[in-house]
Amino acid sequence: MPDKPKVAFYWCASCGGCEEAVVDLAEDILTVVGAVDIVLWPVAMDFKKADIEARPDKSIVAAFINGAVRTSEQEEWVRMLRKKSQVVVSFGACANSGGIPALANQSRKEDILKYVYEDCPGVDNPDKTRPRIKCEDEGHTLTLPELRSMVRSLDQVIDVDYYLPGCPPTPKLIMAAVQALLSGKLPPKGTVLSPDIALCEECKRKDSKPADLALTEFKRPHQIQIDPEKCLLAQGIVCMGPATRGGCEALCPGGNMACTGCFGPTSRVKDQGAKFVSSVFSNIAPKEEKDIDAVLDGIPDPIGTFYRYGLSKCLLRRKLN
Amino acid sequence: MSEKFEPKIVAFFCNWCTYTAADLAGVSRLKYAPNVRVIRVMCSGRVDPQFVLDAFARGADGVLLGGCHPGDCHYAEGNYKTLRRMRMLERMLKAMGIYDGRFRLEWISGAEGDKVRSVVNDMTEKVRALGPLNLPGKFTEWDKEIEELEAHVNGGSKKEATVHAR
Ligand code: SF4
Ligand code: SF4
Repeated sequence: MPDKPKVAFYWCASCGGCEEAVVDLAEDILTVVGAVDIVLWPVAMDFKKADIEARPDKSIVAAFINGAVRTSEQEEWVRMLRKKSQVVVSFGACANSGGIPALANQSRKEDILKYVYEDCPGVDNPDKTRPRIKCEDEGHTLTLPELRSMVRSLDQVIDVDYYLPGCPPTPKLIMAAVQALLSGKLPPKGTVLSPDIALCEECKRKDSKPADLALTEFKRPHQIQIDPEKCLLAQGIVCMGPATRGGCEALCPGGNMACTGCFGPTSRVKDQGAKFVSSVFSNIAPKEEKDIDAVLDGIPDPIGTFYRYGLSKCLLRRKLN
Repeated sequence: MSEKFEPKIVAFFCNWCTYTAADLAGVSRLKYAPNVRVIRVMCSGRVDPQFVLDAFARGADGVLLGGCHPGDCHYAEGNYKTLRRMRMLERMLKAMGIYDGRFRLEWISGAEGDKVRSVVNDMTEKVRALGPLNLPGKFTEWDKEIEELEAHVNGGSKKEATVHAR
């Protein structure tokens, strides 16, 4: 009997939710586990770096990598996995576009370190000790990975074959991707493994979305009683649906929660945040600068709102300072 | 000897007003700074904020957007859409560290060839004072930190170009 295909899972700057999504395959996970040999899965199984290093190049059929790339160690691992694997799947919003960790691209590395090791309430660090990349102790050299100056998506560091979107990807999409891989019926390289349509297309509230929104105010969800049937944008809640790829079946709007954009944009869009601004803000009601500005004041943090999962993929890539 | 910095400014001018005004400035032989690269669009409302970010990402030091005066849009409401979007875009640019002066929205009618001249000259001077933005250079600089590891992991084999999918 031929060997079962070898598969690796790896995480970079991740919250663990993507790993959880794999476990959420429930009984389907048995199909996967039965069909493949898992050669690496740090969250669940004990393999060492040396085990992977010892493998011949391209001997792993697919590596699923989640999390953003933040440290030198993560870069080293993903480069090694790229070398050892035939196919690399960028798994989840963080790997695809930086995700939540990429919001750190609004700050300088020095400011982050200073806050975390000195200024954060509750920190007691009179010597202002910081982690060091290298230090000597009793004749031993100890090393730590280096924190990079910015958070990167996986494809800003290595070549990526496929993308599974979402924070995290839904079990349905994961299963479809695994089946496609196992059957060898692969779409063209670079494909995002989710329908190439805007989320609004699959949202149950779509019929109540007006062509001209004519908004006079933006509200935060706690400020109003949300109508469970009506389009959230039409109610003045920022819903990223128009600038976000579908495939999640509009889970959040279905649960009375606005879309925050975790599936990233469709293939026609270069910059999710700018596209959202283009489509939605042309349609607010006022015509005078000061009235327009008053409406915009309802969105105090535009970057955190429009690039919640994708600041690494903003055309500007990070705050310039 | 340091050469004077010549800003690169990408200008999106609408077909019906501002581009006509630039044309008028031309036939009237009005001289203005040669720093703008004009892109003619049918309406200022055609300019998606993505175009502005892309221009900066590809090396523009400034982006100028010119359209018809409010009420004069050939497509009735296009320039109101432009104004609303661009007010938001300005907030975004500011939050990303690109401050006032590098992006500018102006209403210039077809008869205002002189305004094209004064706006272009004024913007060129202001952007010159701000200095180069040089985003492509910054991208290369930022990526240096990840390139060092490459040889180490690839066992000294030939360096593969780092990919930056957009
Ligand atoms: S994509 Fe979401 S679930 Fe996955 S690691 Fe990032 S934050 Fe967690
Ligand atoms: S904007 Fe949001 S709530 Fe409205 S149709 Fe689109 S996804 Fe649904």
